Amino acid sequence: MNELSRRAFLSRATVALSAGIAALVGLPILGYLLAPLFRAPADKPIPVGAVSEFPLGETKLVSVRDPSPLAWAGQTAQTALWVRRREASGPAMFQIFNVNCTHLGCPVNWKAEAKLFLCPCHGGVFYADGSVAGGPPSRPLFEREWEVSGDRLLVRQQGLPTVKRG
Amino acid sequence: MSWLRALPGRIGAWLGERFELEDSVLAVLRHPVPRALERPIGWWYVFGSATLAVFVVQVATGVGLAMTYVPAPNSAYDSLQFISHDATLGAVVRGMHYFGAGAMVVLVLVHMTQVYLFGSFKFPREANWLTGSLLLLATLAMAFTGQLLRWDQDAFWSIVVAAEQAAHVPVIGDWLARLVVAGSNVGGATLTRFYATHVFLIPAAVFGLIGLHLYLVIKRGISEPPVPGLPVDRPTYRARYAELLRRGIPFWPDAAWRDAVVAALVVAAIVMLAALLGAPDLGNPPDPTNVLADPRPDWYFLGYFALLAVIPPATEAIVIVGLPLFAFVFLFLVPLLWPDGERHWSRRPTAIAAVVLPFIAYAALTVAGLQSPWVPLLEGGELPAKATQGLNDTARRGATLFVSKGCWSCHQIEGSGGRKGPDLSRVASRLGRDQLTARIATGGGGMPSYAGSLAPGELDDLVTFLATRKEGAP
Repeated sequence: MNELSRRAFLSRATVALSAGIAALVGLPILGYLLAPLFRAPADKPIPVGAVSEFPLGETKLVSVRDPSPLAWAGQTAQTALWVRRREASGPAMFQIFNVNCTHLGCPVNWKAEAKLFLCPCHGGVFYADGSVAGGPPSRPLFEREWEVSGDRLLVRQQGLPTVKRG
Repeated sequence: MSWLRALPGRIGAWLGERFELEDSVLAVLRHPVPRALERPIGWWYVFGSATLAVFVVQVATGVGLAMTYVPAPNSAYDSLQFISHDATLGAVVRGMHYFGAGAMVVLVLVHMTQVYLFGSFKFPREANWLTGSLLLLATLAMAFTGQLLRWDQDAFWSIVVAAEQAAHVPVIGDWLARLVVAGSNVGGATLTRFYATHVFLIPAAVFGLIGLHLYLVIKRGISEPPVPGLPVDRPTYRARYAELLRRGIPFWPDAAWRDAVVAALVVAAIVMLAALLGAPDLGNPPDPTNVLADPRPDWYFLGYFALLAVIPPATEAIVIVGLPLFAFVFLFLVPLLWPDGERHWSRRPTAIAAVVLPFIAYAALTVAGLQSPWVPLLEGGELPAKATQGLNDTARRGATLFVSKGCWSCHQIEGSGGRKGPDLSRVASRLGRDQLTARIATGGGGMPSYAGSLAPGELDDLVTFLATRKEGAP
């Protein structure tokens, strides 16, 4: 009887110690791997360019740089945006679109003559104001918040995923 | 000199004795298998070991590639260019890894199809099928993550697309998407995660699962070829199978030689393809600011890619999340729902349908993916001379507008143009001027409205041109 309960105790203690080892090793690693979930992206406006670079009525492709990229990020520190100058001034002066199609994120192309954004993946089409013109997308192009400071156009950061927002 | 000739045998005997190989490795190799495998039907039992042989190819070439590949966003593309063009035998090694990946996907599916149609997943081999299903999942995950490590324009945008697909998952979609790209955007942290997943995480799981799978193959024994009218009966099956094995043959070498023949053929084909065709071409370097990207996966995933284009948008969340989930839940339920009964395919017509119908559907989707008629043409554009010759000035201006305003991107005339919308070579035979004008101005049915982007005169010119496209037109 004593012998048996001693064995039961020892086996339980061994299993518990092993689980403890797994937790000791696993928790830091799990936290390290899940860290991207808990790190909020920097939310300070980044410069896009001088307001005068965007002629009235035109839609231009610009690239903005992540203000604090990893040293080895290379080209991925850049993000492309479509900037549409709607009015000379005022709150409706600009529309800034993510290049990602609202269907599955492929980059849309602006066809200036046709005044349409075309997506090369599954054929999504958007009007100049970002609203859906055809194809699979059900949401307009995602617009970013922007502000004008002096003669500089600034845009707010916006991460993936873009599909569910906007 | 006779002692020299005897040396290899003596070394072998010494190793065998010291490592007790007779009781372990050799005993396992010589495990009995059903005598029926001596007959030509034994050729159906070779696909598992062929898959294992290709996996070894993938490990060997993968280790080779990892010696040179730099998993950093600013260097990965250049290191792959070096492997593909400058490194000695680099193109062959990368080519073997590429063709090996395709062979893995194909062989796993062929192996599973054989096991399914032979009813070998039934009692007492349910766990063999479950571990095999997990190995299929792991193989597909390896194929997908491997394509992303190519780190060209296609790979970069494929990750974006993958993250957006992950975002379709209810409740945890946003989290998943951020885990996929390791942050809020595809950036410096993304590639190293995919690299570690592809070379450490999934392979570790695959090694473990292969071990478990083979352990079960030995423990449960190789299934005997099915006989119509001889169903699996759980209370009596084990005794009947044990009786069968008493008259069995040793796996080594009576059955193993067929595995060796097929594995050698498959590996030779991979090496040959790699030597002749080399590594697959890399696309343009990854550039988030270059919007001229048309990311598409390697051929075995093209059908899924096509599916996302052809389904109604409202069903997207269901198809993206639900369909793969259903496929895998079904896969795992197969041995649990049908553990006994008839094994032979000729007595299981629904099982044949469950193989043939998805295969036909996926083949059709793959063909659709190759043609991608839903993709608007973005570059260049010119109408053939026979569509524009002999036009008056108005219609000629309209023909120019047809290309410049983007009609050409989605509509064909005389074989030139996109195939997203209807062919307009004979449109004036179907629609009058007023109908053409209304259709262009208001759009609908997937077509944009051009009221805002065509001046009234331009709309007239375009309609005049389209009115020339009728039966009998050149």
